[in-house]
Amino acid sequence: MVKVRLLVGTHKGAFVLTSDERRRDWKVDGPHFAGWDVYHVKGSPADPNRLYAAQSRGWFGQVVQRSDDGGATWEPVGNQFQYEGATSTHKWYDNTDHPYELLRVWHLEPSLTDPDTVYAGVEDAALFRTTDAGKSWEELPALRTHPTASTWAPGAGGLCLHTIILDKDNPNRIVTAISSAGAFRSDDAGNTWRTITKGLHSNYIPDPDAEVGHCVHHIAMHPSRPNVLFMQKHWDVMRSDNSGDSWHEVSGNLPSDFGFVIDVHAHEPETIYVVPIKSDSDHFVPDGKLRVYRSRTGGNEWEALTKGLPQEDCYVNVLRDAMTVDSLDSCGVYFGTTGGQVYGSADGGDSWNAIVHDLPAVLSVEVQTLS
Amino acid sequence: MIRVELPANLRTLANVGRVVELGVDGPVTQRSVLDALEAAYPMLRGTIRDAVTHKRRPMLRFFACEEDLSDQPLDSPLPEEVAHGREPYLVVGAIAGGCLR
Repeated sequence: MVKVRLLVGTHKGAFVLTSDERRRDWKVDGPHFAGWDVYHVKGSPADPNRLYAAQSRGWFGQVVQRSDDGGATWEPVGNQFQYEGATSTHKWYDNTDHPYELLRVWHLEPSLTDPDTVYAGVEDAALFRTTDAGKSWEELPALRTHPTASTWAPGAGGLCLHTIILDKDNPNRIVTAISSAGAFRSDDAGNTWRTITKGLHSNYIPDPDAEVGHCVHHIAMHPSRPNVLFMQKHWDVMRSDNSGDSWHEVSGNLPSDFGFVIDVHAHEPETIYVVPIKSDSDHFVPDGKLRVYRSRTGGNEWEALTKGLPQEDCYVNVLRDAMTVDSLDSCGVYFGTTGGQVYGSADGGDSWNAIVHDLPAVLSVEVQTLS
Repeated sequence: MIRVELPANLRTLANVGRVVELGVDGPVTQRSVLDALEAAYPMLRGTIRDAVTHKRRPMLRFFACEEDLSDQPLDSPLPEEVAHGREPYLVVGAIAGGCLR
């Protein structure tokens, strides 16, 4: 029997939500790691019962948890994230040099083929990897020592590496994004990196050709078309058809092109989803209406999806890792809000239901389609 | 046995109650108590002392016998009351803060 498992990270713990292929009735399990921020939980594509969770708290630092039974039980694993080599600096908010310090793991990206290998994107921005199921972590230092890195400066959320995209057809390719440095690509498994920001324009950067400084919020890719990337930038929804070598704007008729999440339909590589947010000063949806916008044309032409979503007095945000799609024939789309709701659609976004209403603020949502 | 009192989040992480009891070989100091605590509960490594620098995390403090020992030398003997388990060694989280930025 097919089962769908949602992995939800919140400001006060993690939750595992399960359903069958109808995706009508859900079992809620949690909170796991109650009282802790859980920035991300993700399962291994190579072993779906192997899950990893990034658990942190400002008082107590970073903990990484691993489950080998689909989230029923968890075990703390290694949490020593040591920057490689001499301490380097990035720019602080006042433009002074600030030494890199490890604050938390934002994103865990398990290998597509090996359940013991996981990439971790951290704040202050760097990329780490474990090859022993989380017991030990080693930095891939070339990103943090990129020639531009000393000029990176944090956005409001910190200098966080929040997006890691792996390519099943090209194991040497890794795409990452850092707020508010930009987007980067490696074609040699992380040994060297290049900025992929050509075509991005940010009003707060005087230089129209700035290589870094762009506040990239999230990037999505359909696995069948790794050269096509979709980006939700601070402002602007962008598209690249050449693996990030250049970008063009596809915001089109969106009511606001500010937002955090962006994702791609599991079976239709030109169908993409965003949740517009009013502005960078008002981190809530426009007009009190929670609307997912879907483009079936790879951008520019967008339709509002509202059936089942609150259309008055709604002032939530949807954070960058809080949208995901399942791989059932009728593609399921899921997202979580800062108001603690997790919404799901079993019909590609045509209609929505609140799976849960009252969780702590949702930081991330991932889905596993299990058979 | 040495008694160590933990803040709530660390009790959740280590799956223990408010107070844990530890045997400490040799002199009873802050360092030997924290070493014994982390040996008994490895999941606490990095959460009280930074995993890399081994310094006290800035939003935590250490108390015993109504004294703030946070900035005292780690190898100084702890009070006899702590060494004999009559008073706990307290790991206390700041009531405010928690975010370093």
